[in-house]
Amino acid sequence: MRILVCVKRVPLTGGKMVLTADEQSLETRHLGFTISPHEECGVEEAVRLVEQHGGEITVLTLGPPEAEEQIRETLAIGADRGILLADGGEEWDPQATAAAIVAEAGDFDLIIFGNESADSGNYQVGIRVAHALGRPVVTGLKGLSIEDGRARCEQEVAGGRDVYVVPLPAVVTVLEGINLPRYPSVPAKLRARQKPVEAKTPERPSSRLEKLRLVVPPGQGKQAEILGQGPDAAPAVVEVMRELGVA
Amino acid sequence: MAVLVLVEHGEDELSRQAIAFASGLGEVEALAIDGDASGWPVERAHVAEGMDSYAPGAWARALEEVIDRVAPTAVVAAGTNRGNEVLAYVAARRDLPFAANCVSLLAQDSAGGASANGGESLTVTRVRWGGSLLEEARIHSSLPLLSVAPHAVPAAEGAGSPEVETFTPELDESDLLVQVAEHVDEVSTGISLAEAKVVVSGGRGVGSADGFGIIEELAAQLDAAVGCSRVVTSAGWRPHTDQVGQTGTKVSPDLYIACGISGATQHIAGCKGAKKILAINSDAEAPILASADYAVIGDLTEIVPAITAELRKARAP
Ligand SMILES: Cc1cc2nc3c(=O)[nH]c(=O)nc-3n(C[C@H](O)[C@H](O)[C@H](O)COP(=O)(O)OP(=O)(O)OC[C@H]3O[C@@H](n4cnc5c(N)ncnc54)[C@H](O)[C@@H]3O)c2cc1C
Ligand SMILES: Nc1ncnc2c1ncn2[C@@H]1O[C@H](COP(=O)(O)O)[C@@H](O)[C@H]1O
Repeated sequence: MRILVCVKRVPLTGGKMVLTADEQSLETRHLGFTISPHEECGVEEAVRLVEQHGGEITVLTLGPPEAEEQIRETLAIGADRGILLADGGEEWDPQATAAAIVAEAGDFDLIIFGNESADSGNYQVGIRVAHALGRPVVTGLKGLSIEDGRARCEQEVAGGRDVYVVPLPAVVTVLEGINLPRYPSVPAKLRARQKPVEAKTPERPSSRLEKLRLVVPPGQGKQAEILGQGPDAAPAVVEVMRELGVA
Repeated sequence: MAVLVLVEHGEDELSRQAIAFASGLGEVEALAIDGDASGWPVERAHVAEGMDSYAPGAWARALEEVIDRVAPTAVVAAGTNRGNEVLAYVAARRDLPFAANCVSLLAQDSAGGASANGGESLTVTRVRWGGSLLEEARIHSSLPLLSVAPHAVPAAEGAGSPEVETFTPELDESDLLVQVAEHVDEVSTGISLAEAKVVVSGGRGVGSADGFGIIEELAAQLDAAVGCSRVVTSAGWRPHTDQVGQTGTKVSPDLYIACGISGATQHIAGCKGAKKILAINSDAEAPILASADYAVIGDLTEIVPAITAELRKARAP
């Protein structure tokens, strides 16, 4: 089975969102980078499917050259090769992102996306890619198994699970919780350095969903009332609970 | 000019929020999938009949038929799983931009207006990072597709008396290729995290799976649900169903108690709907203090059992 997983490099923000002066992006000078937990689970799911059925995993990202770091991390989990599409230093809108992915997505049996990207959360790239390729897509999966050329896909819904069965080749989008990703071993990290990563530079079309500026929502920067230090604060806590009507 | 809203039976509150949002763009017409549409507070309701189990392609086809009939100026849905999915289908099929999880409308420019691309455009504010950041975005399209972030606007109230028109969408096989084939019931045990009045949540500071014993005891005293941070689920101390945050469950209790949780924006994205937040943290500088209403500084392994004991004492006859 040939599987493609699409991941997006995003900053690992801490307790506060800080913008650059031009309000076009987050201030990332002191931040690390990662991919969405949904996408991490997507990579893990691909590795498990290949462990079970055999095959090969390609990981694709559209991002800055530094996104090779995120590709290498997925190669350490068990992916086989990477594709790094250079974004030219600007975020692409979801239509353009999907088009760039479609150009690379020809002959995979399964393409795995996150349900939504961590930063822009457009909820659509996977569906657009599936449509362009004429393949079925099931979104928001919390369970996936492949049998006889079909994907059995499970969504968590009120009161239980909805099950979809679609023929391969197919596209799925997954949610964190579908599995518990493994941590890469040190030898796996070393092996990952030797795996191939192909770099390409697609042309960026103009944005039809155009980011004008980012805004930090109000409500950050409260000042908590300190009820006390250590266990001696317990009576004050219970007092507050009573006032709130929960104790 | 009409705005078309996809309403979902069973998601009445969020659908009414979508209607309220859409009313800022024109007279609202609704598309409902089967069922009784006579109560939606809109001018006209189109009801797609004979739609069996959920198939996103079929819902999108129904929406496209109404779009072609009504020629709306915009299409709006609630930012639910289905709302976002169906709009993304329409967006993909018609090669239109789609802005997910909008919170407000900023400006509408007609053809030749301020739009950089020369055509028509609509400017909105939408959420990023699960609500931790906002984006002002311009949608370059004569038919903007928008979903509305949950609880961004108050719901449209009251019972309407729409003109109801039923129709049977013309579906082809490909519209039904992706369709719910089976529903597996799962009995949920305990108090639902999403609906709990009180949530006692633990983070890395709890230290281990066993460390959650004191969290569970406090939760039991308060009839609360137990939550946790992502560090906890990644370590395998708790199941992912307990995770609160951007990629976990969004909670809105009267009181959220965060024990040994630093307050990363992605965690706060899941609990900022709480009326009050109490942080228990050994670090008086932890970022969570900027999101919390109350805090106790110190070691949670001492503080949490002390609160439980105090509650027990108060309840003893
Ligand atoms: C795209 C994305 C999505 C994410 N989604 C989520 C999500 O849904 N939910 C989520 O939680 N995280 C999420 N994260 C991870 C998030 O960024 C943080 O890494 C995580 O929330 C940190 O968990 P924590 O607060 O338990 O751990 P830490 O940040 O390590 O904080 C531990 C805290 O415990 C305190 N402490 C330690 N010992 C004690 C003690 N004995 N008594 C009292 N206090 C103590 C410390 O002072 C510290 O403040 C996401 C990240 C990304 C990039
Ligand atoms: N720049 C990107 N590079 C690779 N994959 C992406 C990129 N942007 C989005 N995706 C994929 O599409 C999914 C959905 O993204 P979105 O539609 O932006 O919410 C993500 O979880 C990724 O799997």
